[in-house]
Amino acid sequence: MNEPTLPPAAREAIDAFTGAAGWEQRARLLMQWGERLEPLADSERSDENRVRGCESQVWLIASEHDSRWHFRADSEARLLRGLLAVLLARVDGLDAQALRTVDVAEWFNRLGLGRQLSPSRANGINAVLSRMQALAAR
Amino acid sequence: MLSSPWRSDFPALAVMEAQGEVYLDSAATAQKPQALISALTGYYTSGAANVHRAQHASAERATRAFEGTRTKLASWLNAAEPTEIIFTRGATEALNLLAYGMEAHIDAGDEIAITALEHHANLLPWQQLAQRRNAHLVVLPLDKAGHIDLEAATQLIGPRTRVLAASQLSNVLGTQQPLHRLLPLAKAQGALTVVDGAQGIVHQRTDVRSLGCDFYVLSSHKLYGPEGVGVLYGRREALARLRHWQFGGEMVQLAEFQHAQFRPAPLGFEAGTPPIAGVIGLGAVLDYLGGLDQAALAAHEHRLHRMLVDGLAMRDGIRLLGRPDCALASFTVEGVHPADLSHLLTEQGVAVRSGTHCAMPLMGRLGVSGAIRASLAFYNDGADLEVFFCALDRALELLR
Ligand SMILES: Cc1ncc(COP(=O)(O)O)c(C=O)c1O
Repeated sequence: MNEPTLPPAAREAIDAFTGAAGWEQRARLLMQWGERLEPLADSERSDENRVRGCESQVWLIASEHDSRWHFRADSEARLLRGLLAVLLARVDGLDAQALRTVDVAEWFNRLGLGRQLSPSRANGINAVLSRMQALAAR
Repeated sequence: MLSSPWRSDFPALAVMEAQGEVYLDSAATAQKPQALISALTGYYTSGAANVHRAQHASAERATRAFEGTRTKLASWLNAAEPTEIIFTRGATEALNLLAYGMEAHIDAGDEIAITALEHHANLLPWQQLAQRRNAHLVVLPLDKAGHIDLEAATQLIGPRTRVLAASQLSNVLGTQQPLHRLLPLAKAQGALTVVDGAQGIVHQRTDVRSLGCDFYVLSSHKLYGPEGVGVLYGRREALARLRHWQFGGEMVQLAEFQHAQFRPAPLGFEAGTPPIAGVIGLGAVLDYLGGLDQAALAAHEHRLHRMLVDGLAMRDGIRLLGRPDCALASFTVEGVHPADLSHLLTEQGVAVRSGTHCAMPLMGRLGVSGAIRASLAFYNDGADLEVFFCALDRALELLR
């Protein structure tokens, strides 16, 4: 991974999660990170912003400033909110080109969360990522 | 401590145990006994062959074993004759076969009755049939416990009812349905009756003739057998009313370019090469199951289920869906999202299902967006449930 391009939030995630011993601490961290998500307005929790392919409801909103993408996401499930937060920490502020090539599997592996991306997981992190890439490719 | 004398017949359980995994998702698919693994290996190592086609020795051997399973199923279900047993690729395919096969008997304005707890496999084929024919899909409601409301059913099943399709045992609620009282209501109106026994057959031997249904569907992979095999029992006269639905292979009697004649059931409904190894394997599973002490098995499953339900009831804030009679329990926890709970159970090596369990409309009626389901098989034992409850407590401690 190209270290200098990592946003500060991503560095912070690495520090926090690589220090976590065991599933309980990881779960606590995820819940704490989930609290950091920028809240969505009720009107933004719309069908249109809903990511299909997640078992729990997930909403994703993208905006672009100076060719850099900013995402906001939310879910009803707390651990999933945490997973969304660490995903956003890695991809927020990237341009469309970098978004296409970002290795999210590597990112989650690095945080000890690789299992959350397995194809049998219905949590939808994979679906969220595809949606981000699709939104940025438009 | 409640221990299962049959656990060692299932090699995967020792492997899972070594990996720290507890399997409580048998309602999704069951683990397989050594008897099945040996039968599959035996078939593939002694010479695979297609069935009902060639005359050579291995074909004869395969055909005999394949037809042997049909005979075993007929006696397992107490069908009148083996020709009442059709092999499909799964319970879902069997139900689709029925919905297409009956299409000609459904006219505009006719009614197809199902129940509010049907798995998508026993809902969507009928919903789509109703749409194709401009018929009405009538949904029979449930009582609080999760059994079909017979009073309402008496009102809703009427002279326009052509088909009644109902589950024997709910894959979400674990409730056994009062089919002995429900089916006669449909019969009295001249309707065909379809029973989805995908879950039911796993926990009770079923006699299709005393049940009095026209069709009965089961799924091999839930009954400790291989995937890719489903079974459709049809009463001889009822089968004769079905139209052929998939075409090709040996289901044809006479084929010309512009015209063909088809075989009657069962072969006429088994287009293409069937899942030969799977069917032979299912036969071996039936032999294995048939050799077990049924009373001991039922008593073990009953005790396990009591332990599961009582353990859940003991805990604060847990809401059971319905009042499960056997096999499984689905639940939600106040203030806790099921996805969070299932995430943390998975972290602790407990395999349960979370979500809508292929029954979205039922979840809607129950007013929940998802639930956790723990399901049992006779290879589970008390220790599995202790691990589950321990994991559940730790997860809830974290989440609340
Ligand atoms: C009640 C019920 N019906 C039908 C099915 C579908 O069975 P199959 O997987 O064989 O298609 C299932 C399996 O989930 C089920 O639980």
